[in-house]
Amino acid sequence: MTGFDWIALAEFSAIGLLSGGLLALVALGFVLIYKGTGVINFAMGEFMMLGAYFLYTAHVMWGLPLWMALPATLAAVALCAALVERAILRPLSGQPVISVLMATIGLASALHGGVDAIWGGRNYEMPQLLPRKPLFIGDVMIPGQVLWSFVLAAVVIVLFTLYFRRSRTGVAMRAAASDPVTAYVLGIDVRAMQRLTWIYAGLVGAMAGMIVASMTSLSPALGGAALGVLAVIILGGLDSIAGAIVAGLIVGLLESLTAGYLGGKVRDIVPYVVVLVILLVRPYGLFGTRQIERL
Amino acid sequence: MRIHDFRESYVHDEALWPTRVQRAWLVAVLVALAAFPLVGGGYLVGLMCVLGIHVIAAAGLNIMTGGAGLISLGHAAFMGVGCYTAAWLAQRGVPFVVTLPAAGLMAAALGVVVGLPSLRIKGLYLAVATLAMQFLLVYVFREWESVTGGVKGVNVPPASLFGLELNTDARMAWLIGGCAVVMLIGARNLFRTRVGRAFTAIRDKDISAEVLGIHLLHYKLMAFAIGAFYAGVAGALLGYFYRAMTPEYFTLQLSIFYLAAIIVGGLGSTLGTILGAVFMTLVPELLRGGVAFAAQWTPRATEILSPIQQVVFGLLIIGFLVFEPHGLVEVWRRIRRFFHLWPFRS
Repeated sequence: MTGFDWIALAEFSAIGLLSGGLLALVALGFVLIYKGTGVINFAMGEFMMLGAYFLYTAHVMWGLPLWMALPATLAAVALCAALVERAILRPLSGQPVISVLMATIGLASALHGGVDAIWGGRNYEMPQLLPRKPLFIGDVMIPGQVLWSFVLAAVVIVLFTLYFRRSRTGVAMRAAASDPVTAYVLGIDVRAMQRLTWIYAGLVGAMAGMIVASMTSLSPALGGAALGVLAVIILGGLDSIAGAIVAGLIVGLLESLTAGYLGGKVRDIVPYVVVLVILLVRPYGLFGTRQIERL
Repeated sequence: MRIHDFRESYVHDEALWPTRVQRAWLVAVLVALAAFPLVGGGYLVGLMCVLGIHVIAAAGLNIMTGGAGLISLGHAAFMGVGCYTAAWLAQRGVPFVVTLPAAGLMAAALGVVVGLPSLRIKGLYLAVATLAMQFLLVYVFREWESVTGGVKGVNVPPASLFGLELNTDARMAWLIGGCAVVMLIGARNLFRTRVGRAFTAIRDKDISAEVLGIHLLHYKLMAFAIGAFYAGVAGALLGYFYRAMTPEYFTLQLSIFYLAAIIVGGLGSTLGTILGAVFMTLVPELLRGGVAFAAQWTPRATEILSPIQQVVFGLLIIGFLVFEPHGLVEVWRRIRRFFHLWPFRS
């Protein structure tokens, strides 16, 4: 066993765990919407795409400084999310699962095509948002972008968790999610809470999109990236934020290790293998609400 | 207007096409379709073949999703299984009359395997499970090169039926059209049988279906098997039509296309399957025509054709869901009702 490369294993593991933070951030977007409105938003990847393209337009094309471009982008994405909620999801509330599911798929297609038509299918070079300087722990090298994206994702997730625990609106959102009727009776504006849910999910997605685009490059292919995150939310449990974090780290680690030892092609199907195994063994995920009807 | 239409017996009431006018229309449409390959141009006949294949595949999905309420995002993968099965058998000299049902049965067998998780999970979870299955199967199509030819694709020898080589689009159109008619009548009849009614009961409420004595395991798996069988047959026909196939055809996009087709057409309705599949196939073709026309003035038009098709595709799905949830078949029913009642009530 002398030939085994422990440093490579440590590197793969570290990179996997850290990139899991980004997965957890996207998963948070999915979980917010599922908890708040009972929908899996298949257009999550397209929100990521919108965030990245808006930032590119404001920051690079119009030349705005980052401190102006960033809030403007987030505001624009929030507006889009609110519009989507009002125009598509509100009329479909109470419809069967397949209708709502297909509506988000249709939305994904429309947004994807729209971005492609406006900005074109080519690759854009995003400006570096995160420092590249790698960090060395002994002989193990960790790329700076991966590290900082993890830190950023962690900060956002912690802020959201605090918001839902402490703030009045956050508590109201949780109440509206867990029991809309009672929340309504208690004077909570359930519709406003659902709108807010979509806005927050859009913001989370946009932030994740900016980070991913600045680490790789900006093209419409970014939209497809979010489907793999479905593995994270299924593993963690569809309605658990803690689950999303833990599962994000696990899936990130698995992806990195398979990419390192079995190659990139196998890596691409890892999330889907995870999905199938979890659904067969433990459909409610690690931390999700158990809601199994045995028939 | 509809007159002299009295249902005097249960047999009459249950008939597929109860009135003489309906039967006359049906015959007229079938004759027109049969004559079309003789008179239509090459492009139109080719389009008719593709339409027929889409109709068969969408009919399978409509039995599964519209009939039994099992959402599948992996229909294209079942088609791929059918296509590769037919190709593999045909390359070894197995005649067409055997490969076509074999392709369907192979896909059905896989459908049963994929359907197994549907006993514990449903709704969104089932959608995600079939989505995962879709990606895994496309991966298998790409990597299992000895059978599928990998990314380079596979060649399918031409089909022959009763000693007649089916090597032109017109002959394929008759074959595909014939298959489509048989399978549509099958789908229509299915929902008048015990099995079809069990599917409907499961879709509406699985717990009460179980209480009524419907064996859920049995019928859910049967729904998956039947839906996948249709997809497998459609996939085999697709292989024989294009004579070559790559894994890139059987993507998630195609699965979504079929779901969109049955939603736009009308869930659970055979006529809806036809209307939806035809509509969703023709809209991109019309857009292509429109863009070619617009390209005379703005050369950039052809460049943004495929994004525009995507946008229109998405907006159509959303538009139908929000404004006409019962699909084109409901529009058709409204038009028909208007003419049935015509001079007396408008």
